[in-house]
Amino acid sequence: MRLELRESTPWWLALAAPVLAITLSLLLACVLIVWTGESVVAALRLMLTGAFGTTFAATETLARAIPLTLTGLAAGIAFRARFFNIGAEGQLYAGALAATAVGTGLVALPAPLMVTTLFVVGAAAGALALVPSWFLKTRLGVDEVVTTLLLNFVILLLVGYALEGPMKDPMAMGWPQSAPIVDAGLLPPLIERTRLHAGLWVAIGAAALLWLALRYSPFGFAVRALGLNADAARHAGIRPTRTLFGVALASGALAGMAGVSEVAGLKGYLTLDLSPGFGYTGIAVAMLADLHPLGIVLSAIFLAGITVGADSMSRALDVPSYIADVMVASAVLAVLVGLMLARYRVRRH
Amino acid sequence: MDILEILFGASFWAATVRIACPLLFATLGELICERAGVLNLGIEGIMTAGAMSGWLWVYQGGDLWGAVAFAACVGAAFGLLHAAFTVSLGLSQHVTGIGVTLLASSLAYFVVKMLLPESTTPPKIEPFAIWAVPVLADLPFVGSAFFRHTPLTYAAFLVVPLVAYVLYRTPWGLAVRIAGDNPVALEAQGIDVIRLRTLAVMLGSALMAVGGAYLTISAFDAFYFGMVNGRGWIAVALVVFASWRPGKALLGALLFAGLDAFQVRLQQQVGAFIPYQFFLMLPYVLSIVAMVIVARKAAYPKALLKPYRRGERL
Repeated sequence: MRLELRESTPWWLALAAPVLAITLSLLLACVLIVWTGESVVAALRLMLTGAFGTTFAATETLARAIPLTLTGLAAGIAFRARFFNIGAEGQLYAGALAATAVGTGLVALPAPLMVTTLFVVGAAAGALALVPSWFLKTRLGVDEVVTTLLLNFVILLLVGYALEGPMKDPMAMGWPQSAPIVDAGLLPPLIERTRLHAGLWVAIGAAALLWLALRYSPFGFAVRALGLNADAARHAGIRPTRTLFGVALASGALAGMAGVSEVAGLKGYLTLDLSPGFGYTGIAVAMLADLHPLGIVLSAIFLAGITVGADSMSRALDVPSYIADVMVASAVLAVLVGLMLARYRVRRH
Repeated sequence: MDILEILFGASFWAATVRIACPLLFATLGELICERAGVLNLGIEGIMTAGAMSGWLWVYQGGDLWGAVAFAACVGAAFGLLHAAFTVSLGLSQHVTGIGVTLLASSLAYFVVKMLLPESTTPPKIEPFAIWAVPVLADLPFVGSAFFRHTPLTYAAFLVVPLVAYVLYRTPWGLAVRIAGDNPVALEAQGIDVIRLRTLAVMLGSALMAVGGAYLTISAFDAFYFGMVNGRGWIAVALVVFASWRPGKALLGALLFAGLDAFQVRLQQQVGAFIPYQFFLMLPYVLSIVAMVIVARKAAYPKALLKPYRRGERL
């Protein structure tokens, strides 16, 4: 079997990759549902209605898609430059921690300014969390996968310390959580009595901005060139270290903003279980969209739908909600094959 | 003063041995994969799946060594999946590894939740019993420190010379090492690189899974969600620290385990002043430090991360 690079990929073939991924992950889900003894049709129908069936369900899905979009974008820009940032989870918490530190009464600002400040602070904290890994990779050649991953645990422990110590809410009856974000810092809900908040605009705006930057700006060009062929990029005058620094800042900032949107939009205060693995799922979101910023928005909505739907289904049937994680994981693997088939022609010897 | 107290206690050394075992299995497993040229980032998920498999086998009434074998098979299966993507198809080893980790751990959790939907505390099993080595266990200090452990613990330490022997003294081991440095040379000898790398990844993954199973059937007695807790990633760092050599891997695992055991005891003495979270951070921070120390002269297998495509000019 030989792989031959295609000269160009027709658009319908490029879409085949995520479609294949989704189909295969659905098949695996069906196998697992059969194993649990429940009806496949009932389970899938419950998942669909649980994700998009009612207005409330749809807002839940969209609310969950917000952090997934941002962490997806974080993974997307990093992976484009072949900088494998697996630390989005930690950067998310770093952003959330910074926003909580500033937003629980440290400063008093009018609402629009306060929200902006929180996002800036959170983005800065997320970016800062990624800089050490950038430094170790570019100066010492230390693989960023392991350093970003290990830092996740460190940051989470730091948050745990903060929540049990200096940032503990004295009025929370002993639970380790932070004081609530001041009203001026909260993201307003978009639809009454739902959890869908204005962070949606931040996520969509970030996606649009990233798409424009990658497509039309010199920095975006440098990022794409670096990811496709680092040697050729260097020959063309692109400086890898400096470009990677920009990538690290952007990626960490986006993940940090995901943390801010969860704290200031969804929950209103910081807890240790703020993120059920958004950082890691963001990688799946990005891969499913082939690292395309606009595709990432759709991919995030889809993966959010799977999770929300599976949650809802697991309450009605005896199918564990972990089926969503299995679907996400199998979609990541399947999309790799799909992308390969879209990019290469398979030839027998 | 307190530090000496800790270091001279036999329980500290016994704890070091126990903590080192899952790391040993995992590090040696990852070492074999990377020596063959494949970075296996599925290690964390494979360890989780191994932990669950080992526990499940015993929970369903099987014997402990059968559990070890079952966990190894599960690990090898995920290794085969990983190799199919990275070796046969030459896809991204980073993304495949992350996908395998996510898949293996989510499948493990799914199976547990499906079998025991109502239980909030994981059901316990009967783990390996401590087996005291006949004469040596009665020695004053070393006896209780090194010779009163479970059989799987002794196995972990015996695997080190075994892996070293296979890697450095058998034709297959030589082929594995060449596959990681210069696969074209291997193909010139008429050896199928794809098959060899696949087998190496399967073997390495089997070891990783046994390392996970150690947690449920030897160290503890039940399967907890999140019990692997980053040990897989630490093992990846330790492989770099060990310069891809089994002997140094043993040293690295013992050093790391020693620091972890030390940190727990130090907590008991200084815990009033420094919050416990900072002690828990130490293993992860030290892993990063370990990688940084050897970064300059890291002797990577030269074909690591490079997919082998037959007939392609390198």
